[in-house]
Amino acid sequence: MAGATKPVRILRNLNAKIAALPMITTALVIFVGCTIWTIVHSFTNSRLLPKLEFVGFAQYERLWSTRRWLISIENLAYFGIGSLVFSLVIGFLLAALLDQKIRFENTVRTIILYPFALSFIVTGLVWQWILNPEFGIQHIVRSLGFENFVFDPLYNPDIVIFGVLIAGLWQGTGFIMVILLSGLRGIDGEIWKASRIDGIPKWKTYLFVVIPMMRPTFVTALVIITAGIIKVYDLVVAQTNGGPGIASEVPAKYVYDSMFRSQNLGQGFAASTMMLLSVLIVLIPWAYLEFGGRKNGK
Amino acid sequence: MDHLKKILIATTAAGAMSISSVTLATELEVTHWWTSGGEAAAVAEFAKALNEKTDHTWVDGAIAGSGGTARPIIISRILGGDPMGATQLNHGRQAEELVEAGLMLDLTDIAEEENWRDLVHPVSLLDSCTVDGRVYCVPVNIHSWQWLWLSNKAFADAGVDVPSDWFEFVEAGPALGEAGKIPLAMGQQGWQVSGAFGVINIAVGGPELWQKINVDKDAEAAASPEMLKVFDAFAQARLLSQGSNVQDWNQATNMVITDQAGGQIMGDWAQGEFQVAGEVAGEDYTCLPGLGVNEVISTGGDAFYFPKNDDPEITAAQKELASLLLSKEVQVAFNLKKGSLPVRGDVDLEAANDCMRKGLQILADGNILVSGDQVLTPDTTSQVEDLLAEFWSDNSMTPEMAQERYANIIANAD
Repeated sequence: MAGATKPVRILRNLNAKIAALPMITTALVIFVGCTIWTIVHSFTNSRLLPKLEFVGFAQYERLWSTRRWLISIENLAYFGIGSLVFSLVIGFLLAALLDQKIRFENTVRTIILYPFALSFIVTGLVWQWILNPEFGIQHIVRSLGFENFVFDPLYNPDIVIFGVLIAGLWQGTGFIMVILLSGLRGIDGEIWKASRIDGIPKWKTYLFVVIPMMRPTFVTALVIITAGIIKVYDLVVAQTNGGPGIASEVPAKYVYDSMFRSQNLGQGFAASTMMLLSVLIVLIPWAYLEFGGRKNGK
Repeated sequence: MDHLKKILIATTAAGAMSISSVTLATELEVTHWWTSGGEAAAVAEFAKALNEKTDHTWVDGAIAGSGGTARPIIISRILGGDPMGATQLNHGRQAEELVEAGLMLDLTDIAEEENWRDLVHPVSLLDSCTVDGRVYCVPVNIHSWQWLWLSNKAFADAGVDVPSDWFEFVEAGPALGEAGKIPLAMGQQGWQVSGAFGVINIAVGGPELWQKINVDKDAEAAASPEMLKVFDAFAQARLLSQGSNVQDWNQATNMVITDQAGGQIMGDWAQGEFQVAGEVAGEDYTCLPGLGVNEVISTGGDAFYFPKNDDPEITAAQKELASLLLSKEVQVAFNLKKGSLPVRGDVDLEAANDCMRKGLQILADGNILVSGDQVLTPDTTSQVEDLLAEFWSDNSMTPEMAQERYANIIANAD
């Protein structure tokens, strides 16, 4: 029986399978193929041009003893946790407030979403000016009479990454808000009626009923935010260019600079392989829980 | 498609030939990162020469940002099979692999025909263009890092004399600070910090020490007590530059021009900015080669490379441009605007100002060093830049800590 059904299964939906072939080939050759190529070359001493002279783990040893890389990882952690928590919290609060059937909802929503239409380069430059102590926030507050007010995150190596975080949140939170708002709108009105009859306070309904029901929406938002965190590059380049010193460097910038500024492909590939590895560490357990579990359970 | 193109080119060529037998006009795209006022004025001289003296047209491909931004763009275009007609690079080791991979046009035939080896002074500039006896680039100017630019008015305002060397400058620092000036202007980019470090190294530690570390890659010299003095002096410079929050070098130069800052350690390209602002050397500003301590200049500079191209017309135009860049007139016109020194020993720089004359004199006396670009790979250079940029922005990092890591980088340099 089993032997007889198998060939049929492969031939079933043949048209759809043929149509998917180009996509599958692209995925295999470009994503998987190039990834393998990169990983292989990360074990070589390639400089400006790729060559296959293997040096073992030398590039990785150097990578993990380079202070700039360690600072990059640390910054990514701060930036990542910060944007994950704040985009979701602020995004959800804004969405919940907008959901109170207020007037001019469209206008408010458009204003909050607008920064998302700007590229990271523009966002970075705008916030570079806003946070510049000589003509930004610090200057304005000082001219109001608070002479000793200091707010110059971009010039303080200890907190510069939070200056970048502010710009990132300003740009991205509106979009997360819209996604969560659409999730909120998807909640059946009957639920609200039922909770009102039971006398449950509004915040409790949100926390214990609505949010759990919005799980798929949250997963979408989470994936979008996480992807944004790992590839953060242009924002830093435009806003601080890694400075002051190397205090706001991020891994993606390390990869780019090693490959093109230092003309050291091997080092850049090693760094990008580490980035891939960190993504996989997060992604594999999540994918297993999300997809693997469903197949077995249902 | 290709055939059609070839036929089209052939017929156009034949048509043009039958009308007049002059060489064909070709558009040459030239990429460079000369975008500040003085630099743009200088590169315009090249464009003018090409447009007027040949039938070819200069298509300007200026890339904003410093060399650190422009080089990756230039190199990836060459590697990606979209070569420009010509491009600026600092000669030496930056283009080493591109040449070895056969991506650059061999200029040996014109170099021999025009006898570049006798023309170019110092000849080390041409050596940096030479790989296995073949010439691959045209040096266009000599740039030296070892200059301290001082604003005479800033010192007058502070009530102190214009210093005559680095140590007097450091002493004058507090007085400048009291007068509300920033003693030392510094753009917050790695290459500027690292360049200033090299200058202080040569001034405080002496040229021999610099050579041992950068040419011979002697890690012991990098860890020596003499070198610690250099790091101490560098830490002093860090202190003097507190409050200098600009990014680009020309913004920092502008602080000196507008007398907000006492001085700036910057290469002689800063001179072009003073010139554009209408300042007079000796009256409005003072320059101290070698920080007034060791009057030595490094003779690095800019060079033009010509990426290989399939089109023979472009190759011909490239060669014409190569020989034009070295011609006497162009050398004089370009270098006067740029504030750099010409690569030919036989040109007359009557219009040269005070500072350029000082430079020419040092050059004629032979007090010269090779430049960092010529002896260190970009890999080592950027590791040093990262270290020094971190040191510069982090006041809690001591000279000892920085020196230890510096010695480590030199030990691993190739």
